[in-house]
Amino acid sequence: MTTATAPARPETSPALRQARRKALLHWIAVHSLGIAAALFFVLPFVFVLLTSLMSDNQALTRDLTPNSWHWDNYLKVFDTPGFLTWWKNSLLYAGLGTVLVVVSSIPVAYALAKFRFRGRHLSLLLVISMMMLPPQVVIIPMYLFWAKQMDLSGTLWPLIIPMAFGDAFAIFLLRQFLLTIPDEYVEAARIDGCGEFRTLIRIVLPMAKPGIAAVALFQFFYSWNDYFGPQIYASENPGAWTLSYGLESFKGAHHTDWNLTMAATVLVMAPVILVFFFAQKAFVEGVTLTGVKG
Amino acid sequence: MSTDTLPARKEAAAPAASSPGGRNTLRHKRRRNALRTLAFMSPWLIGFGFSFGYPLVSTLYFSFMRYDGLNPPTWRGMENWSYVFTDLPKFWPAMQNTLWLAVVMVSCRVVFGLGIGMLITKIKNGAGVYRTLFYLPYLAPPVAATLAFVFLLNPGTGPVNSLLEAVGIPAPSWFNDADWSKPALTVLAVWGVGDLMVIFMAALLDVPKEQYEAAELDGASPWQRFRFITLPNISPIVLFAVVTGIIGAMQYYTQPIVASKVASGVMGGSGATFVPGYPDDSTLTLPQLVYSLGFSQFNYGAACVVALVLFAFSMAFTALLMRRRGGLIGTGD
Repeated sequence: MTTATAPARPETSPALRQARRKALLHWIAVHSLGIAAALFFVLPFVFVLLTSLMSDNQALTRDLTPNSWHWDNYLKVFDTPGFLTWWKNSLLYAGLGTVLVVVSSIPVAYALAKFRFRGRHLSLLLVISMMMLPPQVVIIPMYLFWAKQMDLSGTLWPLIIPMAFGDAFAIFLLRQFLLTIPDEYVEAARIDGCGEFRTLIRIVLPMAKPGIAAVALFQFFYSWNDYFGPQIYASENPGAWTLSYGLESFKGAHHTDWNLTMAATVLVMAPVILVFFFAQKAFVEGVTLTGVKG
Repeated sequence: MSTDTLPARKEAAAPAASSPGGRNTLRHKRRRNALRTLAFMSPWLIGFGFSFGYPLVSTLYFSFMRYDGLNPPTWRGMENWSYVFTDLPKFWPAMQNTLWLAVVMVSCRVVFGLGIGMLITKIKNGAGVYRTLFYLPYLAPPVAATLAFVFLLNPGTGPVNSLLEAVGIPAPSWFNDADWSKPALTVLAVWGVGDLMVIFMAALLDVPKEQYEAAELDGASPWQRFRFITLPNISPIVLFAVVTGIIGAMQYYTQPIVASKVASGVMGGSGATFVPGYPDDSTLTLPQLVYSLGFSQFNYGAACVVALVLFAFSMAFTALLMRRRGGLIGTGD
């Protein structure tokens, strides 16, 4: 490129050529840094995947790539006692939990974003405090209540039932999103005599779809990834374990080696990554929304 | 908070014209608005009372009691408190670890996240692919990611140590060495830096372009441009990342407990009792201490004291986050 155009305009060529060379060097520098960073982020996935396809014997060596490809390792993981049950439990906890949180958090977020009432600011401060509260702070009374009073330890219900009463993070994220919807829409609906509930369902919700999608995704991932909750309430009953909780015990309890453990790890990561590829935009929007602006 | 948009106040602003009947409808309307607010807020009001208000008071109550879950609780005054602060051998190591994580892990994540964010804003074509690749690890479920890193960094057959030894660098034992377990966790945390990357990217793109152009005309070096234009513009976001990072460090639970369980070989179903913090309390944090006091030693009183210490720290930093208006967390309008 440079040599072809340079003779045509001799008077600007040295400066132009220098600028082009600088741009090329800049391009190389940026992309080599980018590729180095990409290797750091991607290689762990690659090594996990490669190890998951090794034979039992090879998994005990320091080899980096499999000599023969053992796709049946994945079938073996599914045959491990409990694995399918954990998969189902994870889907129940994440699926039902997400529906409950979204349905119960929408009206609260709407009230915090669009109603004016005394205590609104205080409520918002309390929502944020709750969002930042480590679950371990209140776990003793919560456990005593669910285990002793309700006799529900050994199940996932102590984790699912509270989700019917809103989740602080979901409320906060949705409220941030609803603030971006102009008040004029809500007021116009009110003037037309539309009740608050109908305004919310008919006018606001259709506009809030991206926000709801982000909340649903975060909530699904939260439950799918949750380790502490199942550890407290379900540890005594392997039939109630979720994938995230069962995975940790996989290597020890089933006397399996790294190849099967890594295959199980891939199977726990896969759904989250698949969902992300389909909903990338909503997700990134959600991260920015909770992080930056009010 | 412009009063013009408040329907309730608008009516209150014109009392002169209102007849006694009008005042009644006004009161009626106010009550209806209050009821409506209450109805919309009700899921959270119940949730707040049940999973924040009540258990917090109850935690405070149990911190003064001796209770093991079987025998009825008995009042012990400040006994649990003095036990935790003076006699519990694991309390101060847990505090020290938290301090280490808050300083080293948080700064590594912030510096790396900012660097990656800046790198992406410099890439003109293919930025989307890079962004996806850099973001993915953040999504990896913590248990799966931790398990993967315990494998990658295991001293016997792990690929990382194989590579290090091939290049001639002495390979540490990572999760099996008390001096290297926290750095290993830091590597894992830096790997999942995608959340900070996205936040920093948004902030970097908001910096006014004219400021850079003006600086370039004045002959400012890249470092000067970063120091005097980029940094001042994004400092609220950096502060946000640091404070939420510190809150995260105090709550750090899943990664250290899974890493120490898997690395020590003491896992569910193997029969042996697991002691959090392996190796040598080097990965112990306050939430793990709550768990082990409450659910392996059944010393609910002491567990509640540690829980309240955790609460005090979390809320102090949360208050810091909310006090700084105009950037950190939007609590205003």
